[in-house]
Amino acid sequence: MQLDAKIPDGPLEEKWDNHRFSMRLVNPNNKRKFSVIVVGTGLAGASAAATLGELGYNVKAFTYHDSPRRAHSIAAQGGINAAKNYQGDGDSVFRLFHDTIKGGDYRSREANVYRLAQVSVDIIDQCVAQGVPFARDYGGLLDNRSFGGAQVSRTFYAKGQTGQQLLLGAYQALMRQVDAGSVELHTKSEMLEVVKVDGEARGIVVRNLETGEVTSHAAHAVVLATGGYASAYFLSTMAKNSNVTAAWRAHRKGAAFANPSFTQIHPTCIPQSGDYQSKLTLMSESLRNDGRIWVPADPDDERAPADIPEAERDYYLERIYPSFGNLAPRDVSSRAAKRMVDAGHGVGPRKNGVYLDFSDAVGRLGQDKIAERYGNLFEMYQKITNENPYDVPMRIYPAPHYAMGGLWVDYNLMTTIPGLFSIGESNFSDHGANRLGASALMQGLADGYFVLPYTIGDYLAPHLGESPPPTDHPAFAEAEAEVRDKVNGLLSVNGTRSVDSFHRDLGKIVWDYCGMARTEQGLEKARSEIQALRDEYHKDVRVLGENETINQSLEKAGRVADFFELAELMTIDALDRNESCGGHFREEYQTDEGEALRDDEHYAYVAAWGFEGTGEDPSLTKEHLAFENVKLATRSYK
Amino acid sequence: MDLTLRVWRQPSPDAPGSFETYPAEDIDEHASLLEMLDIVNDRLTEQGVEPIAFDSDCREGICGTCGVMVDGKAHGPMENTAACQVHLFNYRDGDTITLEPWRARGFPLRKDLIVDRSAFDEIISAGGYVSVNTGSAPEANLTPVDKGTADLAFDAAACIGCGACVAACPNGAAHLFTSAKLSQLNMLPQGQPERYARTQRMVTIMEEYFGSCTNYGECQAACPQDISIDFIAMMNKDYRKSKFRNRRAS
Repeated sequence: MQLDAKIPDGPLEEKWDNHRFSMRLVNPNNKRKFSVIVVGTGLAGASAAATLGELGYNVKAFTYHDSPRRAHSIAAQGGINAAKNYQGDGDSVFRLFHDTIKGGDYRSREANVYRLAQVSVDIIDQCVAQGVPFARDYGGLLDNRSFGGAQVSRTFYAKGQTGQQLLLGAYQALMRQVDAGSVELHTKSEMLEVVKVDGEARGIVVRNLETGEVTSHAAHAVVLATGGYASAYFLSTMAKNSNVTAAWRAHRKGAAFANPSFTQIHPTCIPQSGDYQSKLTLMSESLRNDGRIWVPADPDDERAPADIPEAERDYYLERIYPSFGNLAPRDVSSRAAKRMVDAGHGVGPRKNGVYLDFSDAVGRLGQDKIAERYGNLFEMYQKITNENPYDVPMRIYPAPHYAMGGLWVDYNLMTTIPGLFSIGESNFSDHGANRLGASALMQGLADGYFVLPYTIGDYLAPHLGESPPPTDHPAFAEAEAEVRDKVNGLLSVNGTRSVDSFHRDLGKIVWDYCGMARTEQGLEKARSEIQALRDEYHKDVRVLGENETINQSLEKAGRVADFFELAELMTIDALDRNESCGGHFREEYQTDEGEALRDDEHYAYVAAWGFEGTGEDPSLTKEHLAFENVKLATRSYK
Repeated sequence: MDLTLRVWRQPSPDAPGSFETYPAEDIDEHASLLEMLDIVNDRLTEQGVEPIAFDSDCREGICGTCGVMVDGKAHGPMENTAACQVHLFNYRDGDTITLEPWRARGFPLRKDLIVDRSAFDEIISAGGYVSVNTGSAPEANLTPVDKGTADLAFDAAACIGCGACVAACPNGAAHLFTSAKLSQLNMLPQGQPERYARTQRMVTIMEEYFGSCTNYGECQAACPQDISIDFIAMMNKDYRKSKFRNRRAS
């Protein structure tokens, strides 16, 4: 496979502007002659579909939800970064770029990240104009707070519901285009195949989740905005329906999958309380602005937290990382929590958490101020744990949360299949080996509002005058047959175990061996266990009911089949990378102090994997990363 | 703990439905209502009984996908809480829990506990937005918004679109949902140009699908986000005004 990242020439600051000028345009009257399919209606998909509709393209948007507003972007709590420098604390586009590259442990592309930082300021303008009710100060101007991995306040927020407000803004922009007739919205429609004609993406096959009907849709280009794959771990902060299927089916059709082992384990989630759980709940990173993380210094300390005197508490993040303290980046904070719990300092009934304590902040600012900042998060915590965090410290522990890896895309956000684009979390592009807090919302909206709408024009322009293939083209018939075969195959296994029981077992393997700490031996074991469990799955899964009505087991069964294949690739990728960087921590490669030890000489590359068949070794193509504007350094937050 | 479930089962929109009783035994009290359904569904699958179809996604009370009547109450017994966030420690060992789908003319039933809420999307597409194309926005801090207004707009915007307000309303009215979006946009400076046209259109579509408001207030009591019925008053005021404004404009 040949990889060309198509990074424009010129100085970093001018790349995007120059590129926008040199890209081919589709004139306004010709845009209506093009049709574009957008799969997924989260932040990236809704913003892209809305913007393409405004520009005059014929857009077809697909979501498996009953409404675009359900997408999991809605659950993002803390905020969105932008280099506005409203606080006058030294922020700039270059600083946001630099923080993001460093935060990603130098495994992302300079040019992409710089562009992200550049357009971040436009995102805030756009969202405010849409009526997104960001937090404001008493003068009526926008307020900011701090997030991990930054020493400036650049995070815009709407209480603990920023993702909700941004998604609703994008959703409303999308519904405006639906009303205007420029976007045709297909809900309850799950994409199950990408269709290629003459090597280029020209359509998709979807299954209607209410009727089971399988249909084909053709267009000049296809955009996947289908989110991340952290549900491979089963227990995660992802929504129950989040899955890798659209990206994976594209991968099987030839789209390279990049850095699959780069997953984010978020440090502040409510610890697991039993084996019955179906998902874990995140407590926003923003809480670390005012909460202090600690464990009892004595592992055998059984006293209630309030009874443990200051001198006998270990505020380990403040101790180990004095300059960033409780706002150390996610990967660093997660590993530190794991180390504390592994060493026996864990708290709570299962000794599987650390304290996140607000008593200092309540004393300093008063309970009302804390309630104003985090009220809904405190309520959520109480509903789940039956404990009041104003009185007793929260208990938190890391949990899978985000996927930095995803479909490989070039600077134009196009995958290795011409005409197939990938935006938002579903691509790999901007976060390297670790994403900083409040950067996912930024990237999703940057891709959807401000990048893809330009770059897709450059792809479409030379196709003027061409029609998309008819949906009775043999390529569509073939893809439809594949979908029907898979569905019928799953329905006819008639084994003994539910889909969820397999997913739970798969997730445990991935978590144990490809989670917060990885070893060569463990990863090899994981790969063979995944293969064995996958074989069992296809022999013993039980999917009741039929195709022609709502059948949630059937939906899950197809997704879990894809998770099995992805999980194997995650272990292969983690095995290939003989270094530690960001969220990828190989125990063999660490400093004397237990920090990640990168190997820039051999591993400063993006690992792009090609599909060679289920259970077969995938092919690896490396995109080497060049750093011309930042100096590669050992990341230090001390 | 051991519980008994009475669940509405209905294979398809046109087929007749009925209550079925299932044991939910030996469930951890920290499990949520929906995690209990996951466990029961796994057991039903093993027994060869098709699992109970129910909607859910984020399980954090924010996506608005889940929604069932629990013992006759939308989202169950807890105040300001979506069904996914109701945990079993709020119940007693041996309790029987009755689960039914939302019942409202505007929400036709699809299967078991799943209803079709697409009418909400139609209301939003009838003006629940500010018409601003991507890239045409002015600098964000050019328009200060006083904190009180911004906070109130947020309170309205917090609606998760779950439909509990409609399900709880004896009239099957969607006034709380519609007024929440209208109030958010109508009180912000960005929403002023389209204020009255938006109000008239959204109310018209709302009335096509849903019942009338007669001030029961059940909607606010059922709302997981505690959206205030004050917003309904704001909507009614704007609707009344829109009748004059829009006439003058035309």
